[in-house]
Amino acid sequence: MSGAIAKAFARAKARGEGALVAYGMAGDPDLPRSVDVFTAMVEGGADIVEVGVAFSDPIADGPVIQGAAERALKAGSTLKRVLDEVVPELHRRCPETPLVIMTYVNVIMAMGEERFAKLARERGVSGVILPDLPPEESGSLRATFDASGVDLIPLCAPTTPPARAEAIAKDARGFVYCVAVSGVTGMRAELPADLSQRLELVRKASPMPVVAGFGISTAEQAHTLSAHADGVVVGSALVRAAHAEGPQAARALCAEIKRGLKR
Amino acid sequence: MNTQTAVGRFGRFGGRYVPETLVPALMELEEAYAAARADPTFDAEVAQVLREFVGRPTTLTPARRLTEAWGGAHVWLKREDLAHTGAHKINNTVGQVLLARRMGKKRIIAETGAGQHGVATATACALFGLPCEVFMGALDVERQALNVFRMRALGAVVRPVESGSRTLKDAMNEAMRTWVSQVSDTHYVIGSAAGPHPYPTVVRDFQAIIGRELRTQAQAAFGKLPDAIVACVGGGSNAIGVLHPFIGDPSVRLIGVEAGGHGLDSGQHGASLTLGTEGVLHGSRSLVLQDADGQIQEAHSISAGLDYPGVGPELAHLAKTGRMEVRTATDDEALASFYEVARLEGILPALETSHAFARGRELARELGAGKYLVINCSGRGDKDVATISARGVPPAVGVKP
Ligand SMILES: Cc1ncc(COP(=O)(O)O)c(C=O)c1O
Repeated sequence: MSGAIAKAFARAKARGEGALVAYGMAGDPDLPRSVDVFTAMVEGGADIVEVGVAFSDPIADGPVIQGAAERALKAGSTLKRVLDEVVPELHRRCPETPLVIMTYVNVIMAMGEERFAKLARERGVSGVILPDLPPEESGSLRATFDASGVDLIPLCAPTTPPARAEAIAKDARGFVYCVAVSGVTGMRAELPADLSQRLELVRKASPMPVVAGFGISTAEQAHTLSAHADGVVVGSALVRAAHAEGPQAARALCAEIKRGLKR
Repeated sequence: MNTQTAVGRFGRFGGRYVPETLVPALMELEEAYAAARADPTFDAEVAQVLREFVGRPTTLTPARRLTEAWGGAHVWLKREDLAHTGAHKINNTVGQVLLARRMGKKRIIAETGAGQHGVATATACALFGLPCEVFMGALDVERQALNVFRMRALGAVVRPVESGSRTLKDAMNEAMRTWVSQVSDTHYVIGSAAGPHPYPTVVRDFQAIIGRELRTQAQAAFGKLPDAIVACVGGGSNAIGVLHPFIGDPSVRLIGVEAGGHGLDSGQHGASLTLGTEGVLHGSRSLVLQDADGQIQEAHSISAGLDYPGVGPELAHLAKTGRMEVRTATDDEALASFYEVARLEGILPALETSHAFARGRELARELGAGKYLVINCSGRGDKDVATISARGVPPAVGVKP
């Protein structure tokens, strides 16, 4: 597994904090300015950056990220350009921060699994999250990624039965992404009552850190969750802030969530 | 014959590429479906509704004037347009809604392109008393106003989808997103033999009634199996339904006709079997229209039901292995066929079906006299009259203007 992801969690833990995994859409509003957004997130305290690569048919995403994907595609964002123009520059500006690509399986298939894995590794990508690739379908891709040293980070859902959740957790790479809500990405006023039990179950089974994502947008939510997880993912709230007010708003929101993550 | 090469796989195609949240629901559906198939009372229940409510078996009609006009094989029509609600879609929705009821689901969602699947789902929901919500691309809401009214009259809620190309593919995205949020008590009735496993199998099985009836009817009508069967291909449910029972009969040529739109080199078509490349869309690996970066391209067809950049995985497999021949028909060819069939046979075919007719003429000639060609009439054209008449009605044959 990529040492960079483990180190990022260890650093946060040593500071007595949950880790913040911050998601942004590469290419929104355009490729260079999205690098500024990502950089601002790291300045605000993000421990890991999730670089969203737009897909035309994002079935796991709610309206905020869907809208960002449409803007990114209009601005010419492609996986190749993100790997050429966003990842290296971001890696140069924030060399300590692990970068994780989040996109859909078709986008990776179109580039070719091996070509992607090789390019990703060369450019400084530590992991990949594919929300439409459940474990049953991930065999060949994971073997390719393993060989290149890129972590294929698995997802676990509220609907996942306990035995399946444990199997996903045991066999994870990088970290386990626990989807907090039954639904698509987007802010939620309330998170499910049984979320903490679910996180504890996965945490017990996993040798890797466990984070909660989908629906999280406030410091209070982050605070509650950080008792049961190694970190949280914040996506739609950051994408919306950056779209409405630019990088400084994303920086401020990261800082605020980070305060919530103090244990 | 079994084309399934592994669970949920047809050769390289198929699978279950969906958010983890949906995987348990798909597994539950797979199990419930297997249990239902093993239970003779389920089969009997479906058969009874198809007989009493849908009006099955649909007839096999000789097309005498088309046969004469085309000057080749005998042309016969399998009349899914005579099924209740006017298309083959009802075969699948009756089966799936009964399955959903068996599973204790409280509500039904669906996507629709032409509106036929939406109407068929709304109809089955009305029949069995389940609430129904149908996602439909905003563009299709405009061009299929009659079907939008029918769905609403049947008590369904129609949700126009404004994202992307505002057509079927976007309606399907939205239905999937909604399903992810309501998966515990909701069944998603997918309308074509596409989507994640087990849908391509479930839909094919419910639609295979078309081909099974055709086998019996062909023997009775002309004493042998057809020499060729042709069906239009959107997602592929009417095609796989009529063709599947004949896959193991090498004497029967199987032909699928895709939307050629403005022409294959115009970039505006729905020909995913002909020009698509391997990819993942709506939960299965199949042939899809996409650019080099893996972004799904917008399809185009005059018929909303063929306006889809993907195709069911089993048809992709049949096409790649050569068992099914694939042809295309343009918008203009489909329109011309619409009038030809109307005026020679007294049938207004759906624009989707008109694509199958458009290739019928040359197929009849290729086969030659003494052979039997069956065209699957997937649906009736009533829903399309606004689209078609907007282009102006050509003068009737033999009438001087
Ligand atoms: C009459 C008719 N034929 C064909 C189709 C295409 O679907 P499929 O390829 O699944 O049969 C539709 C879809 O709406 C339809 O309404």
